Amino acid sequence: MVEKIGTILQGLFNGGIHPTEHKEATAEEAIRPLPVPEVLHVPLSQHIGNPAQAVVQEGDRVRKGDMIGKPEGFVSVPVHAPTSGTVTAVGDYPAPHPSGLSGPTVTIAADGADEWTDLTPRPDYEQLNPAEVRALIRQAGIVGLGGAGFPSFIKLNPGPERPIDTVILNGGESEPYLTCDDRLMRERAEEILQGAGVITYTVGARRVVVAIEANKPQAIAAMREAAEDSPQIEVVAVENRYPMGAEKQLVYSVTGREVPSGRLPADVGVVNQNVGTAQAIYRAVVHGEPLIERVLTASGAALAEPANLTVRLGTPIEAVAEACGGYRDLGRLIMGGPLVGSALHSTTPPVVKETNGLIFQTSGEVSQQPALPCIRCGACVDACPVDLMPNEMYNLARNREFERIQDYDLFDCIECGCCTFVCPSHLPLVHYYRFAKNEIQAKEREKEKADIARRRTEARDARLQREKEEKEAKRRAKKKAADKGEEGGSDAREEAARKAAEKRRAQREGKGGKPAATESTSQETPTESAPDQE
Amino acid sequence: MWVAIASVGGLALGIGLFLGYASRKLAVEEDPLVEEIDARLPQTQCGQCGYPGCKPYAEAIARGEVEINRCPPGGQETVEALADLLGVEPPALEGEERPPAVAIIDEEKCIGCTLCIQACPVDAIVGAPKQMHTIIEEACTGCELCLEPCPVDCIHMVPIPETLSNWKWRHPEIEPEVDTPADEDTERKVATAGG
Repeated sequence: MVEKIGTILQGLFNGGIHPTEHKEATAEEAIRPLPVPEVLHVPLSQHIGNPAQAVVQEGDRVRKGDMIGKPEGFVSVPVHAPTSGTVTAVGDYPAPHPSGLSGPTVTIAADGADEWTDLTPRPDYEQLNPAEVRALIRQAGIVGLGGAGFPSFIKLNPGPERPIDTVILNGGESEPYLTCDDRLMRERAEEILQGAGVITYTVGARRVVVAIEANKPQAIAAMREAAEDSPQIEVVAVENRYPMGAEKQLVYSVTGREVPSGRLPADVGVVNQNVGTAQAIYRAVVHGEPLIERVLTASGAALAEPANLTVRLGTPIEAVAEACGGYRDLGRLIMGGPLVGSALHSTTPPVVKETNGLIFQTSGEVSQQPALPCIRCGACVDACPVDLMPNEMYNLARNREFERIQDYDLFDCIECGCCTFVCPSHLPLVHYYRFAKNEIQAKEREKEKADIARRRTEARDARLQREKEEKEAKRRAKKKAADKGEEGGSDAREEAARKAAEKRRAQREGKGGKPAATESTSQETPTESAPDQE
Repeated sequence: MWVAIASVGGLALGIGLFLGYASRKLAVEEDPLVEEIDARLPQTQCGQCGYPGCKPYAEAIARGEVEINRCPPGGQETVEALADLLGVEPPALEGEERPPAVAIIDEEKCIGCTLCIQACPVDAIVGAPKQMHTIIEEACTGCELCLEPCPVDCIHMVPIPETLSNWKWRHPEIEPEVDTPADEDTERKVATAGG
């Protein structure tokens, strides 16, 4: 086997783990399409960034690929109808999220015709400029399909100050259970490489490296065969060590360039895309098909027939389970891999763009071991692939020391779960880091809100002061005019107003907008300053 | 000896003149402590502290007139942040901490009297005489100052709901056998495992 895949590139990052793979359950299961369900619940937030805004209403007829949600702001992508049918509701529906909360969702009753909208294929995309290709990728709603869900068009736009020389196609898939990328590389190698062509054209790179973990020899062979006539494409086998599939770890291992803290691979001249994303980009640009389905692995001991499936976005997880023969003794349902994924509350939520895996674990597999005190063994420090100090971060997060924890580079933590995996005290370490990160982010949001309120109240105080002075000036001018009598009255009035205005200006400069009493006798429309846009 | 006296005296004079000049020219107009305190207050401008806004309260604290525990919207956290800044022991919060909320106008009932507009400390209410008013939710600080002036009681407070965008991971459950003397009142919500 080793002869077949040739040299294995060793990972350069420290730590990492070798969890039980559990991949054998689905590695030989060819990707099969899941029938379109009768009702689809398509969330408007299936990516990192602002949720899309619904552009359809209840009762609207949609065709497959019609845009049903338009992007809101820059970090956002549209959402499309996964099949043809009628919109039956636009409202909240349970989201595939660890909170179990609901989010804005478009519900579509399928009509069974599965009729495409009018597509504009661009096999001649090289006639367009890279910005236009990026726009096509955005319009198609493409996000990172490796699980993170980051809008791809942003990743493909490093800007002129960050020249890209290498595109890495991430076929690491180092998480246990997941085999959907493995199957995709075996079955659709050609499309993935076509997608790589679009990506290299967009970012202006010359070299493509397809990095695949050494435990997927068939995928390596398939990709090598497809890349035979393309000298710029190199297929490398990388060491089988979790988290090899993590972006910065893979970039470091393949190119030897370490991505600095708080920076992106583009800062070291690399763009990294998941193989599934590359295939979706190919379908989007060359065939004009928006992202309406994805390949996922449904696995786990609780599931009767684990499988790799092409699933329409918005298909309820329950329907996926049914297609796999149902489940029994379900202890925990995880979306994503078991290490970075999150546990869901039920099988009601739909499959979304980020759903690369659905792991149905039995109650026996769910760890019942109680968390014990940290014994400072340092196992987590050895396992951390980012060279952080998980033990210190744990203590600080637990005691809510949110300022000090940032000195330990909390935000460099990739939440890979290696520390949790090796912890002999069974401490849910990543959970502590997520808690700390969320608390810090919430504090920042609060601070922003307070700053807006401060500016608004200062603006209001200044306005009240001004109004008061204006009133005072008017009163004085009137009095003066009355004193002087009718003769030259209008002149005198003008004179007084001018003087008062001068005085007012002087006062304002001197006092700098001191708060006035809250009374305001103005019954006119209050001046409304536009809310500050952040 | 005269050289020594002259040089030291000259030096003293020079430094004195420079400091005198600097204290006038580079004078800090506002007490920087007020700014620091104000930065730690939640800016709800609600007046629950007895002062007409966060800035006046900050000024009063800086003058040493008032305790630092009079800000219920900021909660115990603000008390602790202020205690940390001022180097004092944090006292217990006076008043009751309430979940953040925004005011909502029942637009059916609003008669357009503009009284709430005048009461709003952050100009978060839009409207005109005899026209329906409405609240800019993003700008509302939840101070409740608009409730009392409303003659038809058409404004009510609605707690900010937990949504997908503001949801936070809770503090992981701490097992009872772990010795946690300081953690008695921290939330102990059962976590849904993730990582």
